[in-house]
Amino acid sequence: MTARTDAVAANPVEAFLRSDRMPHIWCPGCGIGTTVNCFARALLQAKLNLDRVVVVSGIGCTGRVAGYLELDSFHTTHGRAIPFATGLKLANPELTVVVYSGDGDLVGIGGNHFIHAARRNVDLKVICVNNFTYGMTGGQVAPTTPLGALSTTTPYGCFEQPFNLPQLAESSGAVYVARWTSYHVRQLTHAFGEALRKKGFSFIEILSPCPTLYERRNRLGDGLEMMKYFKEQSLVRHGAPTKELGLTFQGPIAVGKFVDRERPTFLETLNQQLARTLEAQYAGCAGEHVRD
Amino acid sequence: MKADPAGVLTGTHFLDGDQACCEGALAAGCRFAAGYPITPSTEIVERFAQRAPQVGGMFIQMEDELAASIAIQGAVWAGAKAFTVTSGPGFSLMMEHIGFAAMTETPCVVVDVQRGGPSTGLPTLPGQGDIMQARWGSHGDYEIIALVPSSPQECFELTLDAFNLAERYRVPALVLMDECVGHMTEKVVIPPAQEIEIVPRRYTARPPADYQPFEPGPDGVPEMVRAGDGYRIHVTGMTHDQRGYPEVSAEAQQRLVERLVAKIRGHAERIARVEETWTQDADIIVVAYGITARVALRGVEMARERGVAAGLLRPVVVWPFPEKRVRELAARARAFVVVEMNYGQVALEVERVVAGRAPTVLVPHAGGTVHPPEEILAAILAQAPAREVAR
Repeated sequence: MTARTDAVAANPVEAFLRSDRMPHIWCPGCGIGTTVNCFARALLQAKLNLDRVVVVSGIGCTGRVAGYLELDSFHTTHGRAIPFATGLKLANPELTVVVYSGDGDLVGIGGNHFIHAARRNVDLKVICVNNFTYGMTGGQVAPTTPLGALSTTTPYGCFEQPFNLPQLAESSGAVYVARWTSYHVRQLTHAFGEALRKKGFSFIEILSPCPTLYERRNRLGDGLEMMKYFKEQSLVRHGAPTKELGLTFQGPIAVGKFVDRERPTFLETLNQQLARTLEAQYAGCAGEHVRD
Repeated sequence: MKADPAGVLTGTHFLDGDQACCEGALAAGCRFAAGYPITPSTEIVERFAQRAPQVGGMFIQMEDELAASIAIQGAVWAGAKAFTVTSGPGFSLMMEHIGFAAMTETPCVVVDVQRGGPSTGLPTLPGQGDIMQARWGSHGDYEIIALVPSSPQECFELTLDAFNLAERYRVPALVLMDECVGHMTEKVVIPPAQEIEIVPRRYTARPPADYQPFEPGPDGVPEMVRAGDGYRIHVTGMTHDQRGYPEVSAEAQQRLVERLVAKIRGHAERIARVEETWTQDADIIVVAYGITARVALRGVEMARERGVAAGLLRPVVVWPFPEKRVRELAARARAFVVVEMNYGQVALEVERVVAGRAPTVLVPHAGGTVHPPEEILAAILAQAPAREVAR
């Protein structure tokens, strides 16, 4: 018993978790916890001042991430994590602002905010755990559900074209775009580190099992079976054109870093434009005086 | 504390209500605004976008009102004073985040320049149909504060007050203008900064180990911190405990909602504010607010000219409703005549508080223009004693 306690205490990510909130709500075999573990390890390696790292989530299973991280964390409304995070970042540019949410939250109900934050290149790290379904509400069709897959609201198979999220992110203006799965823990941790260092709208899609709802309904086995699928069907294609990255039901998965480019951030263009136009009258904004 | 002189445009100006509202926000120390264009409110953020960079602030035009109404709350948790402005259709979209602000006790200001509704309604013409929506529009039980200016001068003053009340009670404070007041140009006097009292955010002095973000103070209002200050807080729109952690139980819900409601209801008489004209000896109490109060005053004058003892009660703060004063007047008034640019919203409140002690008569108007004073006069005369009307 003592040994076990010591082992837990020695877990390097323990310090990043609100252990007084455990056990968490995620199902056995769910991949969200694995992504959180990778994120915590990336934070550990990034050597950031953790008092200045803020996590913002929306609603849903992944929306609960904010509540388990021992960081300033905001569990906002459904789909609106990005605009909340935008206000937070603009009013205090010294914060590292991470948006951590699910596919339904970020690109379903929150899709408009997603494309506009990417367009503006607001300096946000947006992490999307894609489990192909609305998990919290019981497994409904999502904007990411592959054609043909069963869900409670597509009982005869999904007939909606799903999003290709890396393509959406790139075409909207994201400066960093990667996709991994919850099987790729090392690569994912590395990608989190890169996104944390990158300035601008960074986007990481993480494919993750939902054994309780998506897999069971589609007779895909348990969480482990899905991990085998991720392992066997994933092909690392760094730099691949994002238009080629669409996903099909249990088909091949392109993973890797697809976009890593430079564009001026929202605050850079704002400050530059105002300084140029207003000259000495520009009192400087965005963080210097916005806060009281 | 006193206002930061950088944002205070001290002097005598000729401004419309929208511009004056913007100056009220700047004088209050607001340095962050997010908005989405919508008539007849847009001039407020147009002015803010022009003025703010010169006083250390910023405006961001968001992709919709959902985004605007929560971007300001992100800014608030980073330490800014922030507001958004809108009109009917946008106000409907913002309901989600008025609820979020109430639940997370995020001090912020939402200005609604009312136009005729429902739906797209009358984009360029006035209405007062959002009064109940302001009070009840988001789901669940909560309390807000709402102020109703009836002149450009008051657009300045009440916007400033809204920021102070939002900070004092950690609630969303709403300024319910109307298109007439927003687009009417009048003299606006802005005092020197040292004469403007500002309620600072209620930041905690406690160290992180002794601090719980939703532990109520003696007045029911918790102390605040900013993201980035090292407190590692959690804030959620879910029912939560004092630590801010989600707690899905009837007990947690009871504790939290009871406090959110009580922190305003318990201070309702301190927050309530009315302006009265000739009510001391009045038999007939006319209740009106916003632009309609100015038209109603003409109706009251006309009644007085005919020897009818009418007076005007104008709620300046409409939520919480000035129950005490209405109840006092109900003890001796012969009748209440409620004049509003809708089909009966404040009238329901008057009727509730008067509780049958006097008849409450509604003079409705669907919006688009103000009431004709003659219509108000006729409603007053219909309630007056026969001997008075005969004269």
